[in-house]
Amino acid sequence: MAKAAKKIKVIEQVRYSCALAALHSVLAIDRAVPILHAGPGCGQRLSTALSTTNGYQGTGYAGGHAMPCTNSTEAEVIFGGEKKLKELITHSLEVMDADLYVVLTGCTADIVGDDSTEVARGFQKQGKPVVCAQTGGFSGNNFVGHELILGAIIDQYLQPSEEIEPGLVNVFSIVPYYDAFWTGNLEEIRKLLEAIGLKANIIFGPGGGVDALNKVPKAQFNLLLSPWIGLTNVKQLEEKFKTPYLHYPVLPIGPTETSKFLRAVGKYAGLPSEQVEASIAELEKPYDYYIERSADYLLQARVGLPSRFITISDSFYALGISKFLVNDLGLLPGTQFIIDNIPAKYQADLEEEFKDLSPTISAPVVFTNDSGTIREKLRETKFRGKPLILGSAWDQMIAKELNGYQLSVSFPAADRFILNSTYIGYNGALRLAEDIFSVLVSSNY
Amino acid sequence: MSINLTTPEAQIRENRLSSITGYKGSIKDLAAQANGCSLKSGERGFTQTTACSLGCAQGQLVLIKDAAVVGHSAIGCGSDTIQSNINNRRGQFSRELEYTNINYINTNMTEEATVFGGAAKLREGIREAYRRFNPKVIFVTTSCVSGIIGENVSGILDGLAEEIPVPLVPVHCEGFRSKLWASGFDAAFHAILTYIVKPAEKKNPNLINIINFSGIGRKEVVRLLGRLGLVPQFLVQFTTVDQLSKISEAAATLSFCGTLGSYLASGLEEHFGVPYIKSLQPHGVAGINSWLRELGKVLGREEEVEKLIAEETAAIVPELEELREKLKGKRVVIGMGPSFSQNYTRLLQELALEVVWAASWHFDQRHDYGEIPATILDLAKNEKDISACVSELQVHEINNLLRQLKPDLFVCRHPGMAIWSAKLGIPTIFINDEYQSFGYQGLINFGNRVADTLANPTFVQYLASKIKLPYTNWWLEQDAFTFLGEAPPKKKERITKAVV
Ligand code: SF4
Ligand code: SF4
Repeated sequence: MAKAAKKIKVIEQVRYSCALAALHSVLAIDRAVPILHAGPGCGQRLSTALSTTNGYQGTGYAGGHAMPCTNSTEAEVIFGGEKKLKELITHSLEVMDADLYVVLTGCTADIVGDDSTEVARGFQKQGKPVVCAQTGGFSGNNFVGHELILGAIIDQYLQPSEEIEPGLVNVFSIVPYYDAFWTGNLEEIRKLLEAIGLKANIIFGPGGGVDALNKVPKAQFNLLLSPWIGLTNVKQLEEKFKTPYLHYPVLPIGPTETSKFLRAVGKYAGLPSEQVEASIAELEKPYDYYIERSADYLLQARVGLPSRFITISDSFYALGISKFLVNDLGLLPGTQFIIDNIPAKYQADLEEEFKDLSPTISAPVVFTNDSGTIREKLRETKFRGKPLILGSAWDQMIAKELNGYQLSVSFPAADRFILNSTYIGYNGALRLAEDIFSVLVSSNY
Repeated sequence: MSINLTTPEAQIRENRLSSITGYKGSIKDLAAQANGCSLKSGERGFTQTTACSLGCAQGQLVLIKDAAVVGHSAIGCGSDTIQSNINNRRGQFSRELEYTNINYINTNMTEEATVFGGAAKLREGIREAYRRFNPKVIFVTTSCVSGIIGENVSGILDGLAEEIPVPLVPVHCEGFRSKLWASGFDAAFHAILTYIVKPAEKKNPNLINIINFSGIGRKEVVRLLGRLGLVPQFLVQFTTVDQLSKISEAAATLSFCGTLGSYLASGLEEHFGVPYIKSLQPHGVAGINSWLRELGKVLGREEEVEKLIAEETAAIVPELEELREKLKGKRVVIGMGPSFSQNYTRLLQELALEVVWAASWHFDQRHDYGEIPATILDLAKNEKDISACVSELQVHEINNLLRQLKPDLFVCRHPGMAIWSAKLGIPTIFINDEYQSFGYQGLINFGNRVADTLANPTFVQYLASKIKLPYTNWWLEQDAFTFLGEAPPKKKERITKAVV
């Protein structure tokens, strides 16, 4: 069903960033600090993109201009930058207060051919908590970078554990900072898992950190809640620590998917099904209350209600939101644009999910990271009534052109200020409904 | 010192303006050493992430209304165009223009491009930019990746000249070439001067070029210059390519920032006969007076200018006196780019504040017209010397400096700085709008902002009481400039052509 978009290789409008941008995954680990071996401008612009113009999340403990960086210029390009990196790491250990230092390379260092990993290894040999991920921006996007960083930490830092803690689940899911709702989302996943009787070990965000990292080898299993990002990491953990993993591809938003998700996790964890069912019944109650209460509006507003919804988003949100809007709110999908440059080997599985949004409803999918391609496709589409565009701040323009509604849920959410909101689970679904219908009521349809 | 428009790229500031990024001393010493261009940049053994030329170049060019920019880089280097789009929106709002997204395409260089070159993608990017945006000119910005792999950008553009009927303009702004991100302004202006600006067919004696950033507060300039019968045009954001081609018709060029304006204004003077008004910048009373007086001298309108100055100054005297009384003796530290740092060092004193330290992110020993910046000479004339440093956004230095000085207020410019003083509980003003203290009314507005900031410090105090700084106790006890070493002897080696 997916139409191969005309193969454009360049990108209009940035909807993801480079591998080094995953430096934010280090910033998301309490007590970890990134050390950049990169050009002078990389850290700043990546920080601006992900932590400022994406929900105005801010730089936190040691982000932004606090990040140590070699600021490589001509000398490092001509003579190599290993010596400078070594000096920088030495001093970073003295100056920056952290329990884990993650060296990340940018394009310059990697093209010049510095063996940065070897430099980091020198520090490891002295017992210093230093790891290195080679994240030169040309080697992939920030999703790949996120995997590379987790991979480096697993490989170079984590130690096997003697005991396994039953009920302890490591959660790997959305990408910190890139998903502007990451903290609220991870917190919601924690609450959901705890509600059915599991202990969630979440590395990123408050309550996680290097302590959580150190617990990773003790888990009963790893939960990968993601269409594809992180799969390499849970496989790596399986190999290194023999920890089994459950790969659940659909970000659970709304009662249908969330309850399905909890049942699947409960079953995998070997929890008694009555216990899980009892929790689900409790969790659904508040959702049902609000939906009952607002149903009159949710129905009456259908006059101005979106004829079709379009997501322009990463595979997490495109799939999770589509499932919710179709199964729980009774909306109909138009084309879904998936912008995360998903590797070809995972595309078919994702398309299958969109074929079966519900037993009777499917949605066409276009994989593209180029807004020009998206714009042309949307211009060709005939909409009866107003479409709802769930994408990023870039999409205000195309929504205006199509006389549609627009809500930024994805990077760059430059028109949102986001603290602890979540779009996950029962609560998150209510929040998403609030946001979507607020757009409706505040426009004059 | 002169501006060479026959070369494909602007020389970097290190070589052109003897700019430095590391120094600790005082204003008078800076001025004295700049006199012989004898300052050598100190180097640091520990550095935090700074900024690069590409950002400064692209940030200007992408806001020219009917131009397009193709960024020849890996995708990360294009990430700050999201911020550019916000700037675009704000500028459009303030000018009551219809909202649009910026015209920007990134060539998305990947591993393949680093091995085989990125020519095919660059051609595609240019073709798509032309097809999608129908621009009057296409700027192609380079990056570290395109620079290091030795991409022949100019050659590729030449090859497309027949096919694409608008100027294809290379902008050489690879981040690794210069430690001074302001070199990126020069790269952008070099491109404009060499490819866009045409010699004037006729001069317009009333037209004045104003080099500024976003121009949000430009109405006050319109009002003031209007009183002299002059018409300002604001460069370069939100101009059209056609307008830019005619900026040579102006009677003079004024700049809001010596750092920003140096290359474009000097280039216009040297090659197109538009005089650059080499004054202080128009922040505060002394600044605006100098701006207008020097303009008056060049245009031969001294008398009118004096009358204007007298009236405008008189209008703010009562309010200024009140503010001075209120703010007297409050101790301030400044951290900004050099031109703003020097201008604010002066204007904060007009508000009776005591500047205890002036940090600047770099320092230009010369401006492009060959002289030491007027602002630093002006400050050096004062009886009292002021401690100063050049600190290329090194927040570990600023952190310890502020802890040691404990000022009442930190005034800064450059996004991402304000948080580090706020975390110390120091009331902080971040200056984003270059018009914040423009002229007479601006000074009053800014003085009131200072008073307001000092009036309720609870937010930064709460923050400081709760957060932990990202530094070790060891670092917190060190002198701020522990890592700022002597300047190394100048390296003789130059980058070889193979990697240019
Ligand atoms: S790679 Fe170079 S041009 Fe790109 S952001 Fe980094 S320093 Fe700037
Ligand atoms: S693409 Fe490369 S050079 Fe650009 S920001 Fe990312 S790592 Fe830096």
